[in-house]
Amino acid sequence: MIAMLIRRIIQAAMVMLVVAFISFSLFQFVGDPINNMVGQEASQQDRAELRDRLGLNDPIPIQFFRFVGNAVQGEFGISYRMARPVSDVIAERLPATLELALVSGVLAISLGIGLGVYTALRRDGWLSHFIMSSSLIGVSLPTFLIGILLIYVFSVELQWLPSFGRGETVQVTENWSTGLLTLSGWKSLILPSITLGLFQLTLLMRLVRAEMLEVLRTDYIKFARARGIKQRSIHFRHALKNTLLPVITIAGLQLGSIIAFAIITETVFQWPGVGLLFINAIRFVDIPFMSAYLLLIALVFVIINLIVDLLYFAVDPRLRVTKRSASR
Amino acid sequence: MTEPLLSVRDLVVEFPKRKTRLTALDHVTFDIYPGEILGMVGESGAGKSLTGAAIIGLLEPPGHIAAGEIWLKEQRIDKLPYEQMRRLRGKRIAMIFQDPLTSLNPILTIADQLIETLQTHLPLSDKDARARAIQLLDEVGIPAASKRIDDYPHQFSGGMRQRVVIALALAGEPELIIADEPTTALDVSVQAQIIDVLKRMCHDYGTAVMLVTHDMGVIAEACDRVAVMYAGRIAEIGDVRQIVKDPQHPYTQGLMGSIPSLTERVDRLVQIPGSMPRLDAIPAGCAFNPRCTQQFDRCKQQRPDLIKTKKGQVACWLYDGESS
Repeated sequence: MIAMLIRRIIQAAMVMLVVAFISFSLFQFVGDPINNMVGQEASQQDRAELRDRLGLNDPIPIQFFRFVGNAVQGEFGISYRMARPVSDVIAERLPATLELALVSGVLAISLGIGLGVYTALRRDGWLSHFIMSSSLIGVSLPTFLIGILLIYVFSVELQWLPSFGRGETVQVTENWSTGLLTLSGWKSLILPSITLGLFQLTLLMRLVRAEMLEVLRTDYIKFARARGIKQRSIHFRHALKNTLLPVITIAGLQLGSIIAFAIITETVFQWPGVGLLFINAIRFVDIPFMSAYLLLIALVFVIINLIVDLLYFAVDPRLRVTKRSASR
Repeated sequence: MTEPLLSVRDLVVEFPKRKTRLTALDHVTFDIYPGEILGMVGESGAGKSLTGAAIIGLLEPPGHIAAGEIWLKEQRIDKLPYEQMRRLRGKRIAMIFQDPLTSLNPILTIADQLIETLQTHLPLSDKDARARAIQLLDEVGIPAASKRIDDYPHQFSGGMRQRVVIALALAGEPELIIADEPTTALDVSVQAQIIDVLKRMCHDYGTAVMLVTHDMGVIAEACDRVAVMYAGRIAEIGDVRQIVKDPQHPYTQGLMGSIPSLTERVDRLVQIPGSMPRLDAIPAGCAFNPRCTQQFDRCKQQRPDLIKTKKGQVACWLYDGESS
């Protein structure tokens, strides 16, 4: 167990190092940063001095390790566009993105599993057929289109829900403002979180349904039926757990992409999160911000993967190595 | 003779297929008496397993019972509603499947599965159910049962898992166990042990067994009576010694002749020419007639029902008029 954990953490660190290298090399591709920092009149000597002071004359590996060292401490330099430390800007905007991702993640996972199980158990019901057909819309329509359609119907025509922004927010701590405590905050969350979560919801639902149907065909379910085990127990105790094993991986990755792909939804709904900031950063070639964002998303994925691995370990007894050796 | 425990009367199982339908079991009739072991033999696809599935009410749709009756003592069970049938499963009729590696739920411990089964059918407290579960495991020959009960299926070998499966099937103390090729997936050395456990347990609990197999060794070793199936019909039923030593139906004769003997060395084993017909191409008359060496005109026109002879029951026109 401990050995497995250490191995996984080392793997995660390796992945982060590779991503760090990629985001470090972003700096090398967009010309000389000195040009952006000094005025037109700066002399060749001033430039050389500044270059020396910023350590840009050091060998690349040393520069890279300095970058990693700073990143570990949460130092990503100053945003070109906003002239403020990148870490501050991200910390300020991250709550909005996390709240959005959390709500759509919960929505996608709970409804995805629930509807998946329902459509698997009531295979031939009209409601199942309806859900399955409409889920095709979810997997095939692009996110921005869903967002725009929702805005058109619920904000423009029906005028029930706001079309942009977070609504009223409450400051919890210095950096953390939440929209989860106000009515208008929740109202503002509904459309973006549906937009963001719909694809993952339908994907999970179809996956759960397929897995569940597969599991219901297995011998151990047949044997459980032959022993007269109650229908309810067969579905939810014997089958569901086996169904969810392969689903955990996908669900984890989907949760990661909800955070990463919040960019589009945030743009459509002008949601003041890091994704929206990232789009603006690209426009202004704000390299420090972009590299920090890249690292952040990689970190989210790596952590989720680590959690998924641990979950597997907790759920599937076959992965646990017992002290008592399996006797043949 | 005592009253039969299970009576299957003219059972017909069909699979609808576009415009036509396939008749997988065609007027199957037989009895199982309390405490006996009835062997079911036949080639793959003869309908042995299907008969078992039909009796316990677990036919896979779209397969369904189209006609006939199944009686468990004085209760008719082929038309019971789901909930009543569920209560009966495991309590009065249990079933064992072929592959012990896939018959147990991989993420529940043996204790979870046994205790749940026990408590489904018997009014036992958690503590009593656990004690009974350990006792059952002990009886089927799991060493250190009180420790192994909390293990997961993957921690057991194939033979041990089949013992667990037998314990699970016997948990509700059923009157009949349908064992669908319980030893086919096991090593030869383990097969005999499992058959032995099954025989001993069923003897101790007075449970009747319908033993589906195509292994004639198992039949000779374990069964009291044997039913031979061919193309969804019963070709012959009789006492195990009679079937093995003195088979009547030409198909059974061929089947027995094709078994190699350890004591006698023969140059060639007898083969039955051809293969069993597909369900959608069963010939008129006796289903076996195209492969039969002793067929005559009537075999191609009229279908033989089971005829009672001095030795047993056989569906073959050769014995018409011999009926006793």
